[in-house]
Amino acid sequence: MEILGFKRSDGRVGIRNHILILPTSSCSAETARIIAAQVDGAVTFQNQQGCGQLGRDLIRTNNILVSLGCHPNVFGVVVVGLGCETCQPGCISEEIGKRGMRVKKVVIQEEGGTLGAIQKGVRYASEMALEASAEQRISCSLADLTIALECGGSDPTSGLAANPSVGHASDKLIEAGGSTILSETTEFIGAEDTLASRMAKPELIEDLKRIIGRLEESARRSGEDLRGGNPTPGNIASGISTIEEKSLGCINKAGSSQLEEVLEYGEKPTRKGLLIMDSPGFDVDSVVGMVASGAQICIFTTGMGTPVGNGIVPVIKVTGNEATYHKMRDNIDVNAGEVLSGKKSIEESGEEIFQEICRVAQGKKTKAEIFGFSEFGIWRCGETV
Amino acid sequence: MTTLGAIMVDDQDNVATVLENLKPDHSVAVKSKKSNEAIKSLKVLESIPVYHKIAVEKIQVGEKIIKYGAVIGTATKEIEIGEHVHTHNIKSLRG
Repeated sequence: MEILGFKRSDGRVGIRNHILILPTSSCSAETARIIAAQVDGAVTFQNQQGCGQLGRDLIRTNNILVSLGCHPNVFGVVVVGLGCETCQPGCISEEIGKRGMRVKKVVIQEEGGTLGAIQKGVRYASEMALEASAEQRISCSLADLTIALECGGSDPTSGLAANPSVGHASDKLIEAGGSTILSETTEFIGAEDTLASRMAKPELIEDLKRIIGRLEESARRSGEDLRGGNPTPGNIASGISTIEEKSLGCINKAGSSQLEEVLEYGEKPTRKGLLIMDSPGFDVDSVVGMVASGAQICIFTTGMGTPVGNGIVPVIKVTGNEATYHKMRDNIDVNAGEVLSGKKSIEESGEEIFQEICRVAQGKKTKAEIFGFSEFGIWRCGETV
Repeated sequence: MTTLGAIMVDDQDNVATVLENLKPDHSVAVKSKKSNEAIKSLKVLESIPVYHKIAVEKIQVGEKIIKYGAVIGTATKEIEIGEHVHTHNIKSLRG
């Protein structure tokens, strides 16, 4: 099925044409914010890392920043660094440039501070934005899309209405040749058998056990009980009693397709179809991980409502709770609650979500985009030092 | 009889999700999600908030709680048909 998108030089397809102002550390994030605010078409995020990190944790942050800089929804990048941080702006911009992206670099300490850096950054960004604005969308395919699947602020309607509807849309996208990514490892706990029964190859069952085991081991080592974090107080008040109940509801987002690959956090897929990514139950970090792996759109189900967006990727909010849809109309794009009141079947609701994905892919903005929400976090695997 | 009733996700489940706030002595129709048919009617024994769970079978201490056709926990107290099922009388098997 055809959609209109932006074809990149390496053949990947973007469905937005952003100028990304990329702060390499939290010390340059405020400067990046001011640069982005001056240029129509520029986006940024509040990077809270990039220094005071070691080993695997540092490598992960570095890789995620480079991946975001190379995202298919991005036309060009202005890397903004302080100059002395561990995630060096020079290294990051060089790596992004090697992968064929348009990239410029601004180093605050070299520009004599804030105002010089802003001037240079705005000049670079505005030149790129002008060029980007002349680019036309061309005929591309749904098969070029990868959709990130996320749930947050879940209540029991998520597992009964919103997630199965998204699952139907996910199956449809996969039939059309695209991919979807199921995330939040915490929310596989209790649903492992169901997921294991759908793996394309037996080795994937071991991959799934490995990422769940790693998470449980990490909690045990720190002397914590995972159940303290999930379900959340809000989940419990809404009626979700245990992590198993939450997980079994969450995996409904994956529909009925076969699972093709288990990815590390932020890793690019090598296969198409339904994929799993190791990511935390914490929504913001989970979405960022899937964006870094190349997902161009995010479908985000929420029972209780959440405004969370992403600067690079449109986040489509779906709720299965009709009261939430009306109460948080500012933030929710699709009402799947009619499944529970019997007005729609799951298939009809899923079809509506699928059509919304196609509209958003071709330019329709989500409510999170309209507000310019760009929540950001990278899943840590080490201490700040 | 309440209007929206309760829904059983899988026919193997021993709990159903209520679709409106329930008061004691109401009776509630429980629908199967699979067949979309009403399969039983229960007497509500206590107040149950919307989207919370109601026991559709008697559940013994230590017995598995089944929703989505799978285990979501075990009972920590004896649970009668029509009682609220939640963190006060069930616990997770994982942690």
